[in-house]
Amino acid sequence: MGDTPHRSAHAGTGGTRVATSHEWPAGASARVAEPSGIPGIPDNGLGGGGGLPRARAFGAERAFRGLTLAAGTTVLVVIAAIAIFLIAKAVPALRVNTESFWTFEGWFPNDDPPKFGIGALAFGTVLSSLLALLMAVPVALGIALYLSHYAPRRLGNALGFLIDLLAAVPSVVFGLWGRDYFAQPVADLSAWLNKYFGWIPIFGEGPYGSSILLGSVVLAIMVLPIVTSLSREVFRQTPTANEEAALALGATRWEMVRTAVLPYGRPGVIAAVMLGLGRALGETIALALTLGSTYAISFNILQSGGNSIAANIANRFAEANDTGRGALIASGLVLFAITLMVNITARAIIYRRREFTESAA
Amino acid sequence: MAKRIEATDVTAYYGGFKAIENINLTVEPKTVTALIGPSGCGKSTFLRSINRMHEVLPGARVEGSLTIDNQDIYDRDVDVTAVRRMIGMVFQRPNPFPTMSIFENVVAGLRLNGVRRKSILEEAAEKALRSANLWDEVKDRLGKPGAGLSGGQQQRLCIARTIAVEPQVVLMDEPCSALDPISTLAIEDLMFQLKDKFTIIIVTHNMQQAARVSDRTAFFSIEKTGDPGRLIEYDNTQKIFSNPSQKKTEDYITGRFG
Repeated sequence: MGDTPHRSAHAGTGGTRVATSHEWPAGASARVAEPSGIPGIPDNGLGGGGGLPRARAFGAERAFRGLTLAAGTTVLVVIAAIAIFLIAKAVPALRVNTESFWTFEGWFPNDDPPKFGIGALAFGTVLSSLLALLMAVPVALGIALYLSHYAPRRLGNALGFLIDLLAAVPSVVFGLWGRDYFAQPVADLSAWLNKYFGWIPIFGEGPYGSSILLGSVVLAIMVLPIVTSLSREVFRQTPTANEEAALALGATRWEMVRTAVLPYGRPGVIAAVMLGLGRALGETIALALTLGSTYAISFNILQSGGNSIAANIANRFAEANDTGRGALIASGLVLFAITLMVNITARAIIYRRREFTESAA
Repeated sequence: MAKRIEATDVTAYYGGFKAIENINLTVEPKTVTALIGPSGCGKSTFLRSINRMHEVLPGARVEGSLTIDNQDIYDRDVDVTAVRRMIGMVFQRPNPFPTMSIFENVVAGLRLNGVRRKSILEEAAEKALRSANLWDEVKDRLGKPGAGLSGGQQQRLCIARTIAVEPQVVLMDEPCSALDPISTLAIEDLMFQLKDKFTIIIVTHNMQQAARVSDRTAFFSIEKTGDPGRLIEYDNTQKIFSNPSQKKTEDYITGRFG
């Protein structure tokens, strides 16, 4: 109703009938307009019998398009600015590095001559994240399936809320908890693992304490809520028709989940896992508090030690000089490259089955 | 193969709501029985209670007795998945599994039953697709997604999927309501052929369809919204459509009501 007078105001050619419609209250303008032959649209006074209203030179449509374009451009500008900043800072530090950036195990960028290598850090980052996913994803999928397909609705909603609450806990809290309370149980577990499964190389000798295992368990707990709540949403969206189709074929509940729910949710679950991996790779403070901050590549996940790119940046930034900061920024670039590769891989996996997933939508 | 279904005083609830009350009805083997009636009269509810799909919904339950060759399917000891394997169901909207190929869709039920041998699956898929009059249209693209077929082909795919497990009874819940007339005709033709092997019960809103395909017709109705649906009349299709014994049936089929 309200936009009727507005419209005629814009038409603005000042026909007598337009003027009349202005004098009427907005609610009545439609009735005035009836002589134009189209109920509800007032004759705007353009041209003779029933000319179409002219397109508005400037309206909400254009303004909105402009706003969205500006927002989109901002993203590109910010990304470009960050990339330029990172590369500009990293290159000088990499130039003065006297050891191989890729293979040297150590981080002495403040020394003269500076020596630092990303190998151990990148290795620690990937290893701790993968271990965290390995522990978190099966549990998360189990919880998600329980919440979406097994639990009574009320219990499901309450538990789902709790899980989301877990996601809201700041990572520094997880880090402190992991370091102060969780380290001892994990050390005991490590000793036990080494005693009985020591023949597997990853369960090596101690000393136990701030190990990759501790870091990845804490990471797993942090990743759990993201993967859980996203997968739960995906599983919930399974069309009832498909679930019923499976049940009507004589499927048990688990068979129904396997035939209808899991395949349908697959791309969504992959996306959820990748988001979880993204969080794990970039996690800083929790790992800075729980890893041993060493610079060696070792598959022994029980021994004190381990490090990650982000944790190393947090630990070393305060003491870094110019070259040191450049070196840390270079390590950040590597982390960025790793996350990018993870994302591309995830997309490739989803894309490979597009023929099936698209028709599912 | 096909079996006889006997419903005695079947009453079904959705939580506190009584959807159908005291339905008594016998379906003979190798016949097509049509369930007709206005929307909300409980014909789909009754259909879904025959293969225990009604109870899938939270709070839904069934009272009374439903037997298949004198075996009560609601007996405490009866395995519900076995009931559903014996009584297949085709739904209103075609619902092939979207992530599966045509072939995988057809053999989905067999795989659930533990059949793994590729040769057996291939043979069964071809047989089911031929029975569903779909084989010639899809034999060159069995690996393509089932959801990529046209609506009518998808529905025949779902029929193939249902009959691949060789059920005794096939329930169809308005199988043609989402289809164009040509696809509808294809499915009606199919029903004629399938009746040699299966007992078919079909819910339909289309009275011409009921008259064309069924041997027996059951007319369901409700007094008013909120009342449970009841079986008003059940007789030979010809009798129902030419000379029904109930006034309500006559009103409905002549279009004066519903």
